[in-house]
Amino acid sequence: MTTTVLQVATRKGAWIFRADANRREWTVDGPHFLGHIISHLVLDPRDKTTLLAAAKTGHLGPTIFRSVDEGCTWKEAAQPPAFTKAPEGETGRAVDHTFWLTPAHSNEPGVWYAGTSPQGLFRSDDGGVTWSGFSSVNDDPQFREWMGSEKDGTPDGPKLHSITVDPRNPDHLYFGMSGGGVHESIDRGKTWRVLINGMEVPEGFGFDVTQPGFHDPHCLRMCPSNPNRIYQQNHSGIYRIDRPSDTWVRIGKNMPPEVGDIGFTMTVHPCDDNTAWVFPMDGTQVWPRTSPDGKPAVYVTRNGGEAWQRQDAGMPTEQAWWTVKRQAMCCDTHDSVGLYFGTTSGELWMSRDEGKNWECMARHLPEIYAVEALNL
Amino acid sequence: MTLKVLIPSALRSYTESSQAEASGATLDELLMDLDRQYPGIRFRMIDEQQKVRRHIRVFVNGVSAEVLSQAMHADDDVVIVQALSGG
Repeated sequence: MTTTVLQVATRKGAWIFRADANRREWTVDGPHFLGHIISHLVLDPRDKTTLLAAAKTGHLGPTIFRSVDEGCTWKEAAQPPAFTKAPEGETGRAVDHTFWLTPAHSNEPGVWYAGTSPQGLFRSDDGGVTWSGFSSVNDDPQFREWMGSEKDGTPDGPKLHSITVDPRNPDHLYFGMSGGGVHESIDRGKTWRVLINGMEVPEGFGFDVTQPGFHDPHCLRMCPSNPNRIYQQNHSGIYRIDRPSDTWVRIGKNMPPEVGDIGFTMTVHPCDDNTAWVFPMDGTQVWPRTSPDGKPAVYVTRNGGEAWQRQDAGMPTEQAWWTVKRQAMCCDTHDSVGLYFGTTSGELWMSRDEGKNWECMARHLPEIYAVEALNL
Repeated sequence: MTLKVLIPSALRSYTESSQAEASGATLDELLMDLDRQYPGIRFRMIDEQQKVRRHIRVFVNGVSAEVLSQAMHADDDVVIVQALSGG
């Protein structure tokens, strides 16, 4: 019997939702770490028991909590992600929070990657107990220039995110920097190349489109059924790339103009590389970061972005001013794919039929930062 | 030289008590000793650049300690505080 486990990270703690076989009944396990800011909660798909939680509080510094029994008990990382100590007289960086967690390749049990704010890339070889930084990113002068300052990112800090491992080759990695562009390595992070051709930058400011520092990818999603295809939700639109091409195509131009193609999150079908979902938000004027016109909806493409259809059955039809953050939408791997998203207003929504119909499965949670689904 | 250290509520998941004992000739050594007893507690207060985190204060005899190299003395009163914030 296949069950689905949702890992929900919020501004005030973590929750785990476990489904019955039909995804009709859910048991709620939580809060874990009540009061902690949990940026990401990820159950390891390789052993299906190890959970990592990226945590901090309003007062305390960041850490990683680790469970090897699906969240029954937790132990703190012995050496959480931390930057190199700066030489005397120089100003060094300090990790404010770990934002993103990615289990590494299926042939590398216990290996994880982490992205932080300020932007840094880290790796653990022991299941999240100890972490070390990639000097090729964290200490590289060119990367540091692209990362910019604390002003060059989202309101709660620039983020390194969407660390993506090619399932065919553990040496092949991608990540996004918000801001700072998309980057690729084919030697497990020793060296990196920029992957921003075709990506646009905000108009009217004279930004140089060839400079990674002006690019703000919000979310990258590699298709499990075709790792050559990656979708991207960007500050400046929705894109798709088909490797080995190195040029992104702005497929968001096919979205309805009144909705636009701005948003944070995106998810892709587990078996069909032509199907992807986005959750548009209002990115006009002062960037309200709400659903456009207060009418939330998911948009799906079934043909790789040539056309998009609105999916809002069951959602509020007016006066719903929430949105979905970049880690807060995902899908399961049932035959009829289940979609899930968590809102900035603390609601958890699901669809059992690939977005045709939606229902709210939890209300009154804290602001939701991340939702991950894993079938067991 | 062993000193009593008052622990704020946010850090009692480590000490399971409002008070701990630690020793050291400097504040840095004292916090290291605290971390030996309660692994992980120091990094939640002190960042990797050896700076006291933004919303943490360490008071020694009622005065906010600004540097970790501050010398400690017998009978010093050490209080770790989670700074008042929010609204």
